[in-house]
Amino acid sequence: MSTVSCPECAAEITLAENTEVGEIIVCPDCGVDLEVTGLEPAAIQLAPMEEEDWGE
Amino acid sequence: MQSRLKIGVLYSRVRVEEKWLFGAMEKRGLDYDRLDDRAIHFDLNDPAPWQGYDAVLERSISYNSGLYALRLLNTFGVPTVNTAEVAEVCGDKLMTSALLARDGIPQPHNATAFTPEAALEAIEAFGYPVVLKPVVGSWGRLLAKINDRDAAEAVLEHKSTLGSVQHSVFYIQEYIEKPGRDIRVIVIGEIVLTAMYRNSNHWITNTARGGEGELCPVTPEIEDLSLRAAKSVGGGVLAVDLVEHPQRGLIVNEINHTMEFHTMQPLSGIDIAGEIVEYVIRVASRECVP
Repeated sequence: MSTVSCPECAAEITLAENTEVGEIIVCPDCGVDLEVTGLEPAAIQLAPMEEEDWGE
Repeated sequence: MQSRLKIGVLYSRVRVEEKWLFGAMEKRGLDYDRLDDRAIHFDLNDPAPWQGYDAVLERSISYNSGLYALRLLNTFGVPTVNTAEVAEVCGDKLMTSALLARDGIPQPHNATAFTPEAALEAIEAFGYPVVLKPVVGSWGRLLAKINDRDAAEAVLEHKSTLGSVQHSVFYIQEYIEKPGRDIRVIVIGEIVLTAMYRNSNHWITNTARGGEGELCPVTPEIEDLSLRAAKSVGGGVLAVDLVEHPQRGLIVNEINHTMEFHTMQPLSGIDIAGEIVEYVIRVASRECVP
């Protein structure tokens, strides 16, 4: 299992086994949305902010 | 046969729905590409790379990116789920209402105006309360319930001053005293797959705003109305949102063309992602025209 560090609060986050690139995870410590940008090696960054035309 | 099909999935984020869709494609042994709408580009003089796809499933979160990608793909002759025409209508509440009205499908009373003054006149003609909605937007954002003239004047001024030009297309809708819930119906092609109540104490019942799901039996009335509504906007893979009007009964509130189903799939026990992929296969195989 890979661990990454939250860019907002530096919390250690362990990625689940079935994590995919492009998936959004929530930092369990500070609650910020994070996007998984890589798996080997594991990488995350702050997820893009919601845009006006986003939705279903 | 299926393994020779080449499918593209256009997406912005890998939400749980996309995970299920990718999983359903892999389970069927489909050859598919993940197309991140933030990374792709289209060379209009070279459509060949795109024409290699037998079909593209559009799952963009951004309405604009999804819509323009679909327009280009359809122009290149690539079948898409849904089509650009369907996305254009469903992503724009005013156009959805216009087509539903054309086809005599029951819906809330709607009006539109292009200046705050004309909108105020239309609102006064409706009587209070009314609801103001952005024509493009989702997840229940920026909906405003207007209870009196003071609120109407304030919100109209704010929208025209602070919003983008699109917020000066004022979409006015009657306020409906619904029974604390609405109904989401999943339609794929000619089939109603499942339906769910979305319960909420708030007048906005969207699950993105905290509404809770509960399985809803698909009555003949729900089935008939949902299929007619889906057909009216062009058909495909759609979520038809119904509201129980206290006087008029079931009416269509809106139709979503890239619906989320993370609540519905586990609740209904139906493999919605699998059914969507089966539909994409039929489109890719030219067994059905979206």
